[in-house]
Amino acid sequence: MDDLYREVIIEHYKNPAYKGHLDPHDYAFEDSNPLCGDHIEITLRVDGNGNVAEAAFDGHGCAISQASADLLIESIIGKPVEDIKSFNRQHVLDLLGIELGPVRLKCALLSLKVLKGGLYGLGDTLEEA
Amino acid sequence: MTINVSEIRAQFPILQREVRPGVPLVYLDSTATAQKPLAVIAAMDDFYRRSNANIHRGVHTLAEESTALYEDARAKIAGFLHAASPRQVIYTRNTTESINLVAYSWARATLKAGDLVILTEMEHHSNLVPWQILQAERGIRLEFVPVTENGLLDLEVYRQLLAQSPKLVAFTHMSNVLGTINPAAEMIRLAHQAGAVTLLDGAQSVPHFAVDVQALDVDFLAFSAHKMVGPTGIGVLYGKRELLEAMPPFLGGGDMIREVHLRSFKPNALPYKFEAGTPAIAEAVGFGAAVDYLTGIGMEAIAAHEHAITEYALERLEEIPGVKVFGPEASHKGGVAAFTLDCAHPHDVAQILDQDGVAVRAGHHCAQPLHEKFNIPATTRASFYLYSTKDEVDKLVDGIYKVKQYFG
Repeated sequence: MDDLYREVIIEHYKNPAYKGHLDPHDYAFEDSNPLCGDHIEITLRVDGNGNVAEAAFDGHGCAISQASADLLIESIIGKPVEDIKSFNRQHVLDLLGIELGPVRLKCALLSLKVLKGGLYGLGDTLEEA
Repeated sequence: MTINVSEIRAQFPILQREVRPGVPLVYLDSTATAQKPLAVIAAMDDFYRRSNANIHRGVHTLAEESTALYEDARAKIAGFLHAASPRQVIYTRNTTESINLVAYSWARATLKAGDLVILTEMEHHSNLVPWQILQAERGIRLEFVPVTENGLLDLEVYRQLLAQSPKLVAFTHMSNVLGTINPAAEMIRLAHQAGAVTLLDGAQSVPHFAVDVQALDVDFLAFSAHKMVGPTGIGVLYGKRELLEAMPPFLGGGDMIREVHLRSFKPNALPYKFEAGTPAIAEAVGFGAAVDYLTGIGMEAIAAHEHAITEYALERLEEIPGVKVFGPEASHKGGVAAFTLDCAHPHDVAQILDQDGVAVRAGHHCAQPLHEKFNIPATTRASFYLYSTKDEVDKLVDGIYKVKQYFG
């Protein structure tokens, strides 16, 4: 239980490295967890090779939701969009390094949901281009 | 008037448990649902062991016993509310269903497009959404009594709204977030002067202090058993007889009819007109036992105890730097303390408190518009009941200091 608030999580919550809003961006997507009001927006830019060049998140919510967003953004920079599309919940849990019950799992996975929801939209735009 | 809290706590088996080894439960979430005393658990257990049968139709011994137990409970509840007759006590599933019963039966038979319904900004979703549905369907008009910065209703605006001839005034007796106890008798008197029918959401009041429906002169009162040490799955709609008599049935089916033909039916008399299908019989028996239990201790004594705990809790919470408690001062407030902590999100506060067995709620507590009003996404809420102790408040406060260690 104490593990839930590991130093790394508190640190990413209090001093997120990737908090902000990119403008212009190639992609922006947002969503909320209606149960607790956690809110995450992700913006990112993609380079000519289809890799994530820059990314940022904005929003508010509990430590788990905000820290997982910061860790997730950190983990996608420089990665091919196609690879990111296959990220699953285990990826986020590995980043956090904790076990979560069903209620807090929703907090942890909100940023992944936002990211994937948006990337699939972006994929369509790239194919059109 | 005092109560013996350790004697009371001994009657609640769940309060003896540890959340995990060595960590006793500190239950500060009674506003969501109250814990149950042995008397209630035993009454339901005994019902299933000895008397279980369907009610009203059977002529065998068990059917007669179960019917008598079901109706005895109704009479106890009527007495508890000082209702003129048990016929005015309709069993429902919960407060929400009771309010919906009024919205679907009385309101649909009465309200026309443009008719005004007055609500308040501190309503639980259960006293907002049924009226929003009716607004979409019928074109009724909704107006809201504002909540002031210190968590009270703005009665000046209320008087102005009453001048617009509302058909219904529906409001909470006690806010489940701010803890505000609204001046129901005065608000009902003013509503009647303006020609409106009144509906009181008693989900948080009936469990915590004496509510006399005749003294209040209220037209409808809705509340749930599970918040007053009774079981889940059963609640009550109290109504004035002439209103209930005139209302069309809500749900159709068995028990709510006097006779049924292939193409027509005649509805049953009160209260059965509104009780379609096999009801929550064991739960009614448990509800009756809950009423007996609370009556035995005394609602005045319970209210006095909760008031003392709440005063102490507000005092202790307000001394913590970064804590902001919402709602009025203790004199206008029931046993609820909803707060924010500047350095941590309510979910994290609740999670860290749980480490020490302290059970509180985090979120918008089914009152999202109220949180929007105060411009906060969520609060952490501690709430108290007859079994709450100052020692538990201390554990809450210790827990909050621990949160500050993590996040401060």
